[in-house]
Amino acid sequence: MTAAWTAVLVVGLATIAIKAAGPVLAGERELPLGASRVLNLLAPALLAALVATQAFASDESLVLDERGAGLLAGAVAILLRAPLLVVVLVAAATAAGLRAMT
Amino acid sequence: MRGLFLHTAASVVASMPKSAQRTVAAVSAAPAQPASGYRAGVRAVLPLIPAVLAFGVSFGVLAQAADMSAAASIVMSATTFAGSAQFAVVSVLGAGGTAAAAIVAAVLLNARYGPMGLAAADVFKGGPLRRILEAQLLVDESWALSNRDGRFDRRVMLGAGGFLYVGWNAGTAVGVVAGDSLADPATLGLDAAFPALFLALLAPLLRSRTSVAAALLGAAIALALTPITPAGVPVIAATAACLVGLARPRSLPAGAQAGEAGRRQGGQSRHAGGHETRPQEAST
Repeated sequence: MTAAWTAVLVVGLATIAIKAAGPVLAGERELPLGASRVLNLLAPALLAALVATQAFASDESLVLDERGAGLLAGAVAILLRAPLLVVVLVAAATAAGLRAMT
Repeated sequence: MRGLFLHTAASVVASMPKSAQRTVAAVSAAPAQPASGYRAGVRAVLPLIPAVLAFGVSFGVLAQAADMSAAASIVMSATTFAGSAQFAVVSVLGAGGTAAAAIVAAVLLNARYGPMGLAAADVFKGGPLRRILEAQLLVDESWALSNRDGRFDRRVMLGAGGFLYVGWNAGTAVGVVAGDSLADPATLGLDAAFPALFLALLAPLLRSRTSVAAALLGAAIALALTPITPAGVPVIAATAACLVGLARPRSLPAGAQAGEAGRRQGGQSRHAGGHETRPQEAST
């Protein structure tokens, strides 16, 4: 088996197992109160981390590039209560425009 | 290809506002209608489909460049269905790394789906096999779009996740077949679409001081660890920020609470426990 197939099959099986672990093991059970309060904060913590890494991380370094500018433009659109589609398009258009200029 | 993406984006713009309004109206007026939820998920994720297609295409192209066979590329998108981990595998293998190094990088990147699956666990129904299959539609975007104040809308998650799955695999197939004659998604600024999307989904969650604290701490942990840990670790470590929930709960302003209670009743609320926490928080 080639390295590529080994990686594809192991990563595929591992990902399937990781995604299914919570739904299969914790399915119908009621979570204790403290646990649900903590899990309710998972969304803001994780979304903020995704925003930060997807806008400013490049491999293992922090960079300020067109994605950051796109994010800033998207943030302005969010403050102006623009719909999701507009936010996404404004961010992409800003980054694309800056890249076209440089 | 550039023309195709722009055309798709333009038709999305043209079709979106009215249908989005209809969805909102249908969901709030008749929550019992079974079909509206899945369609709401599909519509919610529609703005992202051009970007997901484009990144699926680039995965297919890069996988070929890294000497991954066409079959292996397509099997990977169908089974792993997680962009960042797949790109990590391709970049490690393309740089001459071993399968073990590629596997470690990808598993680290996908480890976040552990806590995310736990948080959304009550969305999934039926026996273990059905749960395993449905859980595969859990990706960042479907998870975030179906999040309703920490509870998750089953149909929105499955509708959005299913549409993303189709887009991602279709894009991969196109990339594998068409090769590198296609435009780079970065030229179109599509890589900037995802952080903006996650910020837009984060903004309405920032109603209480604890959620603002969790978000700021999560972002700070992720940024601080990016230069010193392998990719994937910063985001997993950032989930520790939700432990600020263990601190003494603060009361919300009365208005914010009433609004939150109203939204909660609108969603699928199976757990009584969640509602019981609110008065307690208010009294502290």
